[in-house]
Amino acid sequence: MSAAPTRMLLNGNHAVSYAVKLARPNVIPVYPITPQTPILERITEFQADGEMHAEIMTMESEHSAMAAAITASLTGVRVFTATASQGLLLMHEMLHYAAGARAPIVMFNVNRTLGSPWGFWPDQTDSLAQRDTGWIQYYCENGQESHDTTLQAFRVAEQVMLPVMVMHEAFYVSHSLEAIDIATQEQVDRYLPPFDPPHRLDPEIGESWGNTVSQVMFNNHRHDMDDAMNRTVAIARQADRELKELVGRGYGVIEQYRCEDARFLIATMGSMAGTARDAVDELRSEGLPVGLLKVKLFRPFPLDDVREAVTGIPKIMVLDRNFAPGTGGFLFQELKSALYGMESAPEIHGYLAGVGGTNISPADIKKMVTCAMAEKPSANSVWKG
Amino acid sequence: MGYQIAEENVFSSGHSACPGCSEALAIRFILNTLGPDTIAVVPPSCIAIISGPQPLSSMRIPVYQTTLEASAASAAGIKRALVSKGNDHTTVVAIAGDGGTYDIGFQALSSAAERQEDIIYICLDNEGYMNTGSQKSSATPSMAYTTSTPAGKLTPKKNIAEIMAAHNIPYMATATTGYPDDLARKVAKAKSIRGGVRFIVVLAPCLDGWGIPDKFGPRTSRLAVESGVFPLYEVENGDTYTLNYGPKGVPVAEYTSIQKRYRHLTPANVTCLQEEVDRNWGRLQAKCFGGRGK
Repeated sequence: MSAAPTRMLLNGNHAVSYAVKLARPNVIPVYPITPQTPILERITEFQADGEMHAEIMTMESEHSAMAAAITASLTGVRVFTATASQGLLLMHEMLHYAAGARAPIVMFNVNRTLGSPWGFWPDQTDSLAQRDTGWIQYYCENGQESHDTTLQAFRVAEQVMLPVMVMHEAFYVSHSLEAIDIATQEQVDRYLPPFDPPHRLDPEIGESWGNTVSQVMFNNHRHDMDDAMNRTVAIARQADRELKELVGRGYGVIEQYRCEDARFLIATMGSMAGTARDAVDELRSEGLPVGLLKVKLFRPFPLDDVREAVTGIPKIMVLDRNFAPGTGGFLFQELKSALYGMESAPEIHGYLAGVGGTNISPADIKKMVTCAMAEKPSANSVWKG
Repeated sequence: MGYQIAEENVFSSGHSACPGCSEALAIRFILNTLGPDTIAVVPPSCIAIISGPQPLSSMRIPVYQTTLEASAASAAGIKRALVSKGNDHTTVVAIAGDGGTYDIGFQALSSAAERQEDIIYICLDNEGYMNTGSQKSSATPSMAYTTSTPAGKLTPKKNIAEIMAAHNIPYMATATTGYPDDLARKVAKAKSIRGGVRFIVVLAPCLDGWGIPDKFGPRTSRLAVESGVFPLYEVENGDTYTLNYGPKGVPVAEYTSIQKRYRHLTPANVTCLQEEVDRNWGRLQAKCFGGRGK
């Protein structure tokens, strides 16, 4: 690997594969699923070409992929896997197990609609439905952010000993070509020191994991997980700063775009942030004080950062490309709860926009802004296309 | 009969199995043969109970308790991580029950065999979900009572030994607790083979689930072999069969009559069971002796 950073034309998934190669994981158990598969394919090509030296396990299911990822991680090595949609749901039991085992696995999940009916479209419901599994969650807007966030994920996971899932959306990001700046091996080796945990499955140590515990031990264990989650926001901010020092790119745990003197915020996650950015630019050029609040770190929810960002803002409009029947958009739910108890909290409008992968253009977003400015907010999410 | 089994002190007394438990006996000969340079994977089962509640353990090795479907995948993950660290000596063994092997764990096991993962997989087969109070598994034999088949199971036991042999794994063996020297020898053989899944299914009579007195575990195990219900044999690389212990002419009725799970059987039922056992034995003989029969 040359010392100079390389700029390559890559789709979002391959941008992730390059980050994985640079992170030098020891074990990669994987199972193919559209639209994740290009991540796996590029990794196996690196391996076949002698550019990677991982134990790649071609499993028979995502459940087994996560089962093997957990034990490999507990044996004391760096582990990566990737999935999407149905695959993530098949892992659900093992997602809880991984977090409970404090296994710092990094997984990339490409957000795709959940059956039934079948679809292959961008929609974040798959991973948002896993928000309570004890995994740290990041949502990325484009391939460059996915490349960089994958590196951050290893750094954060191994510091707090919790697994991290990084997301971008099907096709809009996973299969779209962009010019990607690839970090150098030297930069990444400085950023990610070898993973060598003191507690591991090792006959010379003799420690076990998973035995039945008492109620009090279980309770203490969950307290410890909570402490780790509570430390995570600060560690994630630091990991972002440290990567920025090395490669010149940082994102924060949230991003505030053109929020100076804003009177109205569009809040969203993932690729919708890119569309909203264009809408904000146009609205600003029309003289409207509109800004963008992009939530990148979703678990743990960066409550303090978000509260600070919305302080003094009269109105927020949340765009959710995800849907929980009975409660609506996930980010809307989270933001409503984040505002609880705030003095002069903003009004908040929750719009379901792009659920199932429908196209939302900057013009659509501008119309929604006009609508939200004129209307009283509803406590429920409102369908907008 | 006299026999000597070389044991290393890995499995401790004072574990939490029922008095007279066959599984505890099996675990003793398995772990004490594998030795201290071993990591075990155990799914929910009586084996998990026997291994002990945190912070106690009856096993002086690292034990990872996994989920019910995942034993083979979990064991493979450990082995691959060890390999990636340059460890070429530690044995990784999954020890699972029949529910965790024949049923819910079968997909992961079959795939591990196909990928030729370097692990030992031992199924302690007590022919049902005994830990949850004796429900039917696909290892439950024809006509046996379980709490989910109160009128007797209507279908025969799945032949996991032949299914695993058909994966062309380097080593497949059947064993049972009434023949501890044979069991220990097979575990040692599995340990000596490098690469690929080595699979042993160990018939372990469950005192409570089968309805037998505390001291009848080994006797029931031996009758299973002597009646031809559970012949002891090995298959190497999918095609080299070695018969260790076959039937000795003991009628199946002698085996079933000491177990409460069969007490509802009519003489006609017993005849059917005998015919099933004879048929299975004929099939196995054809494989062991190239189809020449007795």
